[in-house]
Amino acid sequence: MPMEITKKEIQHLYWRAGFGIQPGQLKSIENQSREEIVDALFSSSKKFIPLDADLGPLITDRNKLSKQKRKELKKLDKKNIFTMNVLWMQRMAETEAVLREKITFFFHDHFAARINSPHGLLHLNNIVREHALGSFSTMLMEVSKSPAMISFLNNKQNKKSHPNENFAREVMELFTLGRDNGYTEIDIQEAARSFTGWSYSKEGKFVFNERVHDTASKTFLGETGNFKGEDIINILLKQKQTARYLTEKLIEFLISRPLSKDQLEKFTGVFYDSGYDLSKLIRSVFLSDEFMAEESIGCRIKSPTELLVGITKQFKIKYQDPKPLIKLQSKLNQVLFFPPNVAGWQSGKGWIDSSTLMLRMQLSAILLNFGVIAWDEDGDTPEEANEILKKQRSRVSARVEKRFKAYPDWKFFETEIKSQESRLIDYLIQPKLSAGAKATIANSSEFSVKERAIELVSLPEYQLC
Amino acid sequence: MDRRDFVKKSIFASGLMLVPSFLKGMDLLGPNEISGYRNLIIIQLSGGNDGLNTIVPFQNDIYHQLRPNIAKSGTDLFKLNDELSINSSCLGLKELFDQGELSIINNVGYPNPNRSHFRSTDIWHSASASDEYLKTGWVGRYLDSHCQSSYQAIEHDASLSMILKGQNLKGIAVKNPQELFQATREKFFKSIADNTDAELLSENNQGYLYKTLLETYSSAEYIYTQSKIYESAAEYPNTAFAKNLKGIADFINSGLKTRVYYSSLGGFDSHVNQKQSQDGLLKTYSEGIAALVKDLKKTGKFKDTLILTFSEFGRRVKENGSKGTDHGTANNLFMIGGSLKKSGIYNEAPNLENLDSNGDLKHSIDFRSVYSTVLNNWLEVDTKLILSKQFENLSFI
Repeated sequence: MPMEITKKEIQHLYWRAGFGIQPGQLKSIENQSREEIVDALFSSSKKFIPLDADLGPLITDRNKLSKQKRKELKKLDKKNIFTMNVLWMQRMAETEAVLREKITFFFHDHFAARINSPHGLLHLNNIVREHALGSFSTMLMEVSKSPAMISFLNNKQNKKSHPNENFAREVMELFTLGRDNGYTEIDIQEAARSFTGWSYSKEGKFVFNERVHDTASKTFLGETGNFKGEDIINILLKQKQTARYLTEKLIEFLISRPLSKDQLEKFTGVFYDSGYDLSKLIRSVFLSDEFMAEESIGCRIKSPTELLVGITKQFKIKYQDPKPLIKLQSKLNQVLFFPPNVAGWQSGKGWIDSSTLMLRMQLSAILLNFGVIAWDEDGDTPEEANEILKKQRSRVSARVEKRFKAYPDWKFFETEIKSQESRLIDYLIQPKLSAGAKATIANSSEFSVKERAIELVSLPEYQLC
Repeated sequence: MDRRDFVKKSIFASGLMLVPSFLKGMDLLGPNEISGYRNLIIIQLSGGNDGLNTIVPFQNDIYHQLRPNIAKSGTDLFKLNDELSINSSCLGLKELFDQGELSIINNVGYPNPNRSHFRSTDIWHSASASDEYLKTGWVGRYLDSHCQSSYQAIEHDASLSMILKGQNLKGIAVKNPQELFQATREKFFKSIADNTDAELLSENNQGYLYKTLLETYSSAEYIYTQSKIYESAAEYPNTAFAKNLKGIADFINSGLKTRVYYSSLGGFDSHVNQKQSQDGLLKTYSEGIAALVKDLKKTGKFKDTLILTFSEFGRRVKENGSKGTDHGTANNLFMIGGSLKKSGIYNEAPNLENLDSNGDLKHSIDFRSVYSTVLNNWLEVDTKLILSKQFENLSFI
């Protein structure tokens, strides 16, 4: 028997597997079964298309250049990283391969690197994208050997005579086992010795520099041998704890509410037994009862990226100038390709404080209506006050338009929503409305679709998916 | 007339609100109360500052043996006493030291140290033991037990750190009080806040959003109107860190009833070529602090201010192969203030002969003793509801 699925559940699936769904697409699949929809999510993400930005040639030996030239290159690097950022945002909002981009986004955080090289960052991003729905083992090995990670976690400086522990510590703490999960300081030192000699060439290719590799015997997680870096990664992948740590993190990303130990262990088993096949794990999550349980729907606080991409997608917003978009990311504390540190971004409640919450609620007006939210005063404000307000309004509108240059496609939205107009709230808002929200929108029934949509997106509830 | 004409639109981004008289009925410090209202500024040097190259045991042979490339000597240093010197990037701190306004506490840490940035930061923020996992920060618990409003703890940054998060109250993260205040003027948002009953909020994420909204409404107007009162004309260095400190000074000088301010300076994770990176950051720190102290002295608020600077851990005594240092354990900590009881070098210099099995320093003072002292002797509150057990008080304040 095929599994039935409601419209709200389809929206839920599309929020968690992607960045929301447009009304027209929702209409086109609303009669399909849950399996069919999940299958389609995977098949439309089947093909790996690298993110491609024109970064120009990789310029090595910068030390030989003049100070002025180096400064110019640094500026260009920064510009290129912003270009990549905006290109990726745009892809997330427009691609059919939503699942691949969503999981890439997950691993962009898991394998967080903060370096100044756009070439290195783009390469790392595409490694993660290529394996996002494939093998985590391969992804981990390739990430560990990427110039971006080798440079960021100082493995280039990790030499037999002077081991540098940075990568060895983080590969366990953040990429595989999780903090304090079954390894000791000695294991870190032994692993660091094994990774000695991992480096990269000027052209940005991995190289094994045998001269500085420590060839002596090491003992790591109870195993002894003349280990190299690859052996350490493979021993880490043998640990079921690695599957458990990754599964728990992915469950937090996809289901976003606490599950019981048994439930988590069930998913860990799926992942470990499949040999770290990400598709198998993700598919089993989407088809699980835990995923579709009522308490899972609308319980996740959108990350800034999910929020910005989601609203861009729902209203087909075009940005004439990408800079404000980066500024918004920065104010909401998530700039793509610029994680705060090696542990990546915070999540859930960590996104929310006074300043970010107010800005999140203002986004609707900023991006959809040049800074204005309709408000029915039901009162008898004198004509003159009205005139003043009107003038103020147009001044503000002009300023916000100039500052953000964000243009939603209202014609698209109004046409697409037509068949679902009665359920505008259900379409835009995933959780149940609070009393405060209900009372506030109670007087808006005479507003246009546009005005009502702007209000709904301004609610705290829009922060949840 | 069309009904649409009655639809008023409100404008959040405008500075031209029909503003009521702000100060009416506000909970402000009167001019004669401002003096004597104590506050605490907490600063984290994030990433793990290398304390041994900050306060340097320049006479110690082991120090020079273990750090052939990065040890500090001669003109790199200002002498503090026969054993210890301070990194010459810290001119401002040296002056505070000479004036009896800096107390350097050595060997601060905790048993079974954790060398992960994130875990050790959590331990310092939550005041937990290394095997204890708390979800609230120690300042957050101070808010819960002794304060009424979120604005009594402010982080001068775009996001709020764990240290200021309590169970019931959490501090306010704010960089631009005006922006925050104007956002709360939006009628639509105000209506949501007015129609929300704090008692009915649930524990889930939706409840958390609404709780934060209500906290914002209870604090944003206060912080904005209050902080407008005083804008410092003092000169600060042109760094983001110094700008944060200036913001804090403006809050203090305006008479905000805030007890605790928090800010951080990042980038201390010096695995590679430490000399350049650390010296630059120490300079940023020291110059910023010097400007802040000068500013507070001018308004007479320095005697009511205590500045606690910590880092989540110190670094390994032995340098690594990349002219840097790896994660370590115990570290020195700075207390700066106009009312210190004991200034100068508070206790014994680090013992480099007695290291742990990793080659890291052993601690002799628990960091929670420092917190306990600040809570008891400076903020004058009982630590019982804030720290999980009793810690010995120190005598710097």
